Amino acid sequence: MQHNNFYTFRFISIITLVASLLLALASTQLKELQEFNIDLDKKKNILKCIGIDVATMTPDMIIDEYESNISNIPLNANGDVVTNIENKNLKSVQNKSTGQINYYIDNVQYFPAYKASNPESFIIPIAGKGLWSTLFGYFALEKDLNTVKGISFYKHGETPGLGGEVEKKWFQDNFIGKKIFNSSGELVSITVVKGKASDLLSSNALIHGVDGISGATITSRGVSEFLKNDLLRYEPYIKRNRSN
Amino acid sequence: MNKNIKAIISDPMVDNNPITKQVLGICSALAVTVKMEQAVVMSLALAFVLVCSNIIISLLRKSIPGKIRIIVQLTVIASLVILIDELLKAYLYDISKQLSVFVALIITNCIIMGRAEAFAMQNNIKDAMYDGLGNAAGYGSVLIIVSIFRELLGSGTLFNYSVIPSSIYLENGGWYVNNGLMLLAPGAFIILGLIVWAQRSYTKYVED
Repeated sequence: MQHNNFYTFRFISIITLVASLLLALASTQLKELQEFNIDLDKKKNILKCIGIDVATMTPDMIIDEYESNISNIPLNANGDVVTNIENKNLKSVQNKSTGQINYYIDNVQYFPAYKASNPESFIIPIAGKGLWSTLFGYFALEKDLNTVKGISFYKHGETPGLGGEVEKKWFQDNFIGKKIFNSSGELVSITVVKGKASDLLSSNALIHGVDGISGATITSRGVSEFLKNDLLRYEPYIKRNRSN
Repeated sequence: MNKNIKAIISDPMVDNNPITKQVLGICSALAVTVKMEQAVVMSLALAFVLVCSNIIISLLRKSIPGKIRIIVQLTVIASLVILIDELLKAYLYDISKQLSVFVALIITNCIIMGRAEAFAMQNNIKDAMYDGLGNAAGYGSVLIIVSIFRELLGSGTLFNYSVIPSSIYLENGGWYVNNGLMLLAPGAFIILGLIVWAQRSYTKYVED
């Protein structure tokens, strides 16, 4: 059936208006619940990276465990613990080219970190670019501040099955027990190699390297890079408090 | 009338199944069938979008200007997809994370556009609704059958419950190992291919 142009414009205007109103309504109504879920997911991943099995825990259990186990230790640029602020009050600004997140209050930069009491560990947020997206996660060190306790990712947009493997257990488990300092006390971080670490690295280097993800070289390289960059920001604190 | 409705619903289940006969919606059928849980949620999400879009398009069919009908259909479908995506993020966050982009990709699922253009534009609301239900069931049943095989053979679980006794696994001194191929895309292609074969030999359908 033929309609004139005025009718066509009027029709599409009404349709788009109704659709956008409905979606705006849904988005504002559901926002609170979605933010609760995102926050819960972060807590879950903080617990996961220190080796707590969160798969079977209910949301209430996760919140309880988090509140009793994890404490905030925001650090300043010298690596001193700042007591009068909280991690959640820091304003995060993302560096668009590297994906790294910087945290500020009143233009003063801080570095959020967490401390777990059981098992005793030090946790930092990590973020950086992979291939398609920025990956967000947590990285935990044991109380010697040298041995890796675990790593977890809670948000990324990498290809499922390729770069998306970073969220899988096999990849994350490889980090456990590795060391971030070499024998001369230099912070070398953990490198994700291209291929199997045990075939490619000497026995000295193996303690600082993990297996790469086949088909996801750029994601793997990204993880190595941003993990090191994020760790370097905490170096003052780590160096001062680490035991050899 | 009743017979007609029955035909509208049952036709896309077997004879005209959108996946196995028309080979539409393959992308998501391959991507979200690793676990039954994902396949079920994906099927329900698609059913919601398909039924609602069919109803809305059918309701508007006499007033949609012919020149921009595809744009109108897409606007309706896209709005519904965003809505279901928001709902999943609010109420089923973990599954929505696993389904990742595939919920948003329902927008480009050919089944929905196809039913809107081929059926809802010409038929009344009631028939359009049943057509949506039938096609969603046809899509969902294939997704769920594929996911049963993939989850069972690939992970040894169904709905995340272990069904294969742990004592027969190789690491516990048995002989059984999960088939990792089933977790990857080729596993889905193989299962889907077998289903298409079985279905076509049953319906005696031969492609021209």
